[in-house]
Amino acid sequence: MLVAVLTYVGYGVLTLFGYLRDFMRQWKIEKCQNATEREEQKDFVPLYQDFENFYNRNLYMRIRDSWNRPICSVPGAKVDMMERVSHDYNWTFTYTGRVIKDIINMGSYNYLGFAQKTGACQEAAAEVLSQYGAGVCSTRQEMGNLDKHEELEKLVARFLGVESAMAYGMGFATNSMNIPALVGKGCLILSDELNHASLVLGARLSGATIRIFKHNNMQSLEKLLKDAIVHGQPRTRRPWKKILILVEGIYSMEGSIVRLPEVIALKKKYKSYLYLDEAHSIGALGPSGRGVVDYFGLDPEDVDVMMGTFTKSFGAAGGYIGGKKELIDYLRTYSHSAAYATSMSPPVVEQIITSVKCIMGEDGTTIGRARVQQLAENTRYFRRRLKEMGFIIYGNEDSPVVPLMLYMPAKIGAFGREMLKRNIGVVVVGFPATPIIESRARFCLSAAHTKEMLDTALKEINEVGDLLQLKYSRRRLVPLLDRPFDETTYEETED
Amino acid sequence: MAAMAGVGQQWVLVEMVQAFYEAPAYHLILEGILILWIIRLLFSKTYKLQERSDLTLKEKEELIEEWQPEPLVPPVPKDHPALNYNIVSGPPTHIITVNGKECINFASFNFLGLLNNEKVKSAAQSSLKKYGVGTCGPRGFYGTFDVHLELEERLAKFMRTEEAIIYSYGFATIASAIPAYSKRGDIVFVDEAACFAIQKGLQASRSNIRLFKHNDMADLERLLKEQETEDQKNPRKARVTRRFIVVEGLYMNRGDICPLPELIKLKYKYKVRIFLEESLSFGVLGEHGRGITEHFGINIDDIDLISANMENSLASIGGFCCGRSFIIDHQRLSGQGYCFSASLPPLLAAAAIEALNIMEDNPDIFQTLRAKCERIHKALQGISGLKVVGESFSPALHLQLEESCGSRENDEKLLKRVVDYCMNSGIALTQARYLEKEEKCLPPPSIRVVITVEQTEQELDKAASLLKEAAQSVLN
Repeated sequence: MLVAVLTYVGYGVLTLFGYLRDFMRQWKIEKCQNATEREEQKDFVPLYQDFENFYNRNLYMRIRDSWNRPICSVPGAKVDMMERVSHDYNWTFTYTGRVIKDIINMGSYNYLGFAQKTGACQEAAAEVLSQYGAGVCSTRQEMGNLDKHEELEKLVARFLGVESAMAYGMGFATNSMNIPALVGKGCLILSDELNHASLVLGARLSGATIRIFKHNNMQSLEKLLKDAIVHGQPRTRRPWKKILILVEGIYSMEGSIVRLPEVIALKKKYKSYLYLDEAHSIGALGPSGRGVVDYFGLDPEDVDVMMGTFTKSFGAAGGYIGGKKELIDYLRTYSHSAAYATSMSPPVVEQIITSVKCIMGEDGTTIGRARVQQLAENTRYFRRRLKEMGFIIYGNEDSPVVPLMLYMPAKIGAFGREMLKRNIGVVVVGFPATPIIESRARFCLSAAHTKEMLDTALKEINEVGDLLQLKYSRRRLVPLLDRPFDETTYEETED
Repeated sequence: MAAMAGVGQQWVLVEMVQAFYEAPAYHLILEGILILWIIRLLFSKTYKLQERSDLTLKEKEELIEEWQPEPLVPPVPKDHPALNYNIVSGPPTHIITVNGKECINFASFNFLGLLNNEKVKSAAQSSLKKYGVGTCGPRGFYGTFDVHLELEERLAKFMRTEEAIIYSYGFATIASAIPAYSKRGDIVFVDEAACFAIQKGLQASRSNIRLFKHNDMADLERLLKEQETEDQKNPRKARVTRRFIVVEGLYMNRGDICPLPELIKLKYKYKVRIFLEESLSFGVLGEHGRGITEHFGINIDDIDLISANMENSLASIGGFCCGRSFIIDHQRLSGQGYCFSASLPPLLAAAAIEALNIMEDNPDIFQTLRAKCERIHKALQGISGLKVVGESFSPALHLQLEESCGSRENDEKLLKRVVDYCMNSGIALTQARYLEKEEKCLPPPSIRVVITVEQTEQELDKAASLLKEAAQSVLN
């Protein structure tokens, strides 16, 4: 309660200062640092309204150095960062030329550690690069469909356990260009509250009616489904043509895993279609790394459209959609990306092929399986230790995305900078990606993190947490002792 | 200060009581009735809206049972032309193996022949050895590499603008740039032959779209004048409504260029900003390949935003926007395809930088390319049954049927036979593919002919004569 009040007070103070600085800038007491319109175009309608950029100018600028940090090495478990300083309070940056080496990387989406500069994947990609070149210069439907693409799609379909799959060059574009091909006017989309911007954009571009249900809340979803079927379209009362439910496997800002068994039960009961976006969960969940369907032990045929990206667990770029053969044939013909967008680059395709084979174990080694297990262990260990220290962590126990709540705006910048001083790179997020009072730091665990790295990181987080008073949790877990179970030693302390 | 406020309040209270006594009777009665009415409304039962009342639980269950949705996707006939892709084995370079047959490539947009360039490949290889393949994050979260920063600087320097911003997908570049500036209520004047990516960007922006006839400046001026009269009726709204013109440098669907000097005049006369999409003209037009602004000799600052994709001349993947910092910097926080998507793989960025180096070092390739385009344009004139659509210096032409057979399907079948004839004899061509239901102004079916700097003169002549033969045998 106190924390919420202090957060609002913090924002209030910042807003007041913002108004003061704007006032001073307008009356030229303070120098105006941001770029301005051309002289010849001063009488045009202004391109940005002052109010829109208020947040940008006054709050974001102060802590801008926590984002867009440039790195100059492979984004693995440890990364090298280019040092930058700002002499005018973050309006401009200059690079000192020094490189900060070996920062523990808790920000990149490198779940299975395939972001490597040596190894089987990189060699295969180098081979294909020298043979095929870097670009393709044509669309899939015209002259851009290489044999590599066909090979990739068959492999992905086998990996997911579906009939057929199709791959695209960008994960964001996969959503925003294929949802409009599947649904249109007269259809209904039920989308989770916290869906990613690409899903929201795809739903908007399709022209269908969108209704939002509360995050991971099955009662809310069921109520919407019932209402939709019983009452039909809003004014004409005609029945809906199709109902599509949009959910994600792991929500990247919450770390929560979707309740897939219940969603599938609802979907079957109300005869709607399910679109599952496994951007973060493919490769990261499940005993064999096949995503959230594998994690719950369900049948992949139950999910109508399985979508995912190759950026996170496979260390490449692009997205895919898997499903029944009719669906994929339809998408091959009518997807916006197939007709107008350039196909994927061949070395990237080769990286995906090699990494998928590695995860499936088809390259003859057990590296894939070991990595999936290592990731699961890292996740459990890290989350348990953070909870023991007393931080508030969101999300499911098994999700490798760990959001740590900061709440107050000043702590966002402070946390990012303190961790960097201690050679750990973290990601902090505030408004507008999260609700305004729930800013957080987000850790992305990786199979490439060793236990030593995690211990170092945890030690530093502990220190910074004490320094910034981030240990909000009122539940204290007694640390698990290594001794065998003994009645007398286990007790829960309550504040 | 507080005491004074207290005294002030007391004063007001005394005044209120006095007014109460002095008011006429009917006034008090009216007020009394109103207060009673309000109390009644507050406590009466609320109206239930029409929708939710009549159905019993059993009826609802029955409705749920009976409802049958459409299938998720309608079935696609097996012989749909867009379903069976050409399979290219090996790199899509000058000599391309399509469906098992070796042909000369007249279908990939590899204008400067950089797809197979050894220097480009070796730059990409060294980047691969240093960074691996993927970036594992968006630009904001440890996805900004020094190669991205270098590429942005180089592009800005090449185009002689202040700043440039890179996207990881060519389609997403203009489709994210337009909605970052133009919102609901703004007005965009766009050419009717604009490509699909622009149409999607406009749809995402939810602005008012006004289409003007292709390259028709009189039509555009008419629309602008109409808008001006509208503005005079409502000057307050006009002061906050932003206006944009979106045009392409070299139109993909028509092969011709936009009249940029007239557009600049219209821009200053009616105070409209210009967004220029230069995917096909970047690296093709102009003395040094800087695009249509160099071609016409226009000051680059007169164009508010230039957007292009790197997938044609630069033979890489991705796209960029360049312009003044005032405009480009906004996209770093509001460009959806920039903020919410992973950044460009470093090896592709390194390939683009090397390609840019080659473009800067060999400015004569642009002249060579244009000469080849003129040659084949002339050679393709006079084919009976097919007409050439496009400017003489455009490297991406269309060949359309002079007379349509009646339906689009039949036209496409005829063109497919021409294309198959050419493919069997060693020239790889393709039909231009569109999504028929989604385009605003669907162009007629055509064969796409792409000229690259690697094609020799014999090959150009061979292609022209083969097309003549094919047209002769299929269409007559």
